[in-house]
Amino acid sequence: MINLNINQKSYEVDADPDMPLLWAIRDLVGLTGTKYGCGVAQCGACVVHLNGEAVRSCVTKVSRAEGKKVVTIEGLSKNNDHPLQLAWNEVNVPQCGYCHSGQLMSAAVLLRENPNPTDEDIDNAMSGNICRCGTYPRIRKAIHLAAELHKKEGRTI
Amino acid sequence: MAVILSMIGIMAFSLSTVNNHPNVTGETTQKIKKDSIASVKAFEQVYKVLMSPRCMNCHPSGDIPLQGDDSHLHEMYPKRGHDGKGVFAMKCANCHQPNNTPGLHAPPGNPDWHLPPADMKMVFQSKTAHELAKQLVNPKQNGNKSMKQLLEHADDGLVLSGWNSGEGRSQPPMSHAAFKKAWETWINTGAYAPKSK
Repeated sequence: MINLNINQKSYEVDADPDMPLLWAIRDLVGLTGTKYGCGVAQCGACVVHLNGEAVRSCVTKVSRAEGKKVVTIEGLSKNNDHPLQLAWNEVNVPQCGYCHSGQLMSAAVLLRENPNPTDEDIDNAMSGNICRCGTYPRIRKAIHLAAELHKKEGRTI
Repeated sequence: MAVILSMIGIMAFSLSTVNNHPNVTGETTQKIKKDSIASVKAFEQVYKVLMSPRCMNCHPSGDIPLQGDDSHLHEMYPKRGHDGKGVFAMKCANCHQPNNTPGLHAPPGNPDWHLPPADMKMVFQSKTAHELAKQLVNPKQNGNKSMKQLLEHADDGLVLSGWNSGEGRSQPPMSHAAFKKAWETWINTGAYAPKSK
């Protein structure tokens, strides 16, 4: 058995240590907001936070997460009110939406480390998250808006 | 034929045939038996390894690592960052796990995966053998390594991972044992640089 802390809750899962963390999150714990995209760390759809870092859960073994804090899209905020989520909604960022759990989780690390990012910072942070609908301009706009919400309204990031 | 050589960074070498070489900390470390011809010959082997994709790909001339046997820019264009470990949501360890990920061309792994830091990039890409040899023995360009530390670097975990690079990647052009032997020979015969061309 492997003990996981996901979104501040403890779970005990019966998993092979080599099982991808994504499998444990989706199939064993039942949190399906995190998506499977490529399975080889090429697209970013499966990004979750592992001790605050934006890891790709499809190639991260579940054993790496033991004793660490995992945050998925379900745990990004208590009421879906993270500045990024508000901005995503305001800008109508998603088209099909499949990649956006990963997009948001990557953007959250960017804003935490750099609350006032430039376009270049956004490109550097988000270049590993692919969107086949091509929503990149709206993603960039929403990240800037989230930074403004944080700055003007004190929204926690 | 006389070989014209450049005496490089190891300024503490005396002209005696055998001496104890003090490293930058003043600590006596290893025996040096100077032999410029043997040293340059050994470095030819060292250079082949260091310029192979498994070594050079993480010693790029720019701030984006290289990838694959053709040393193209790493897909997604991850940036070096100040500590060499990436930036924001694009840190090396986000994809590169402590061990190789199974599967063809899946991310290779190492617990210490990183590029050289921004303040000392230790570039291999496009360096001539002369330039690289000089760089390697200069503590201001080699990661502040003494000659003892340089010798030990042959067994560094990240160096060793070049010979455990995961599926779909070529190996360096010789075994690690052969590389280490050439590396030690190069250093222990005076760490001479090949002639500048």
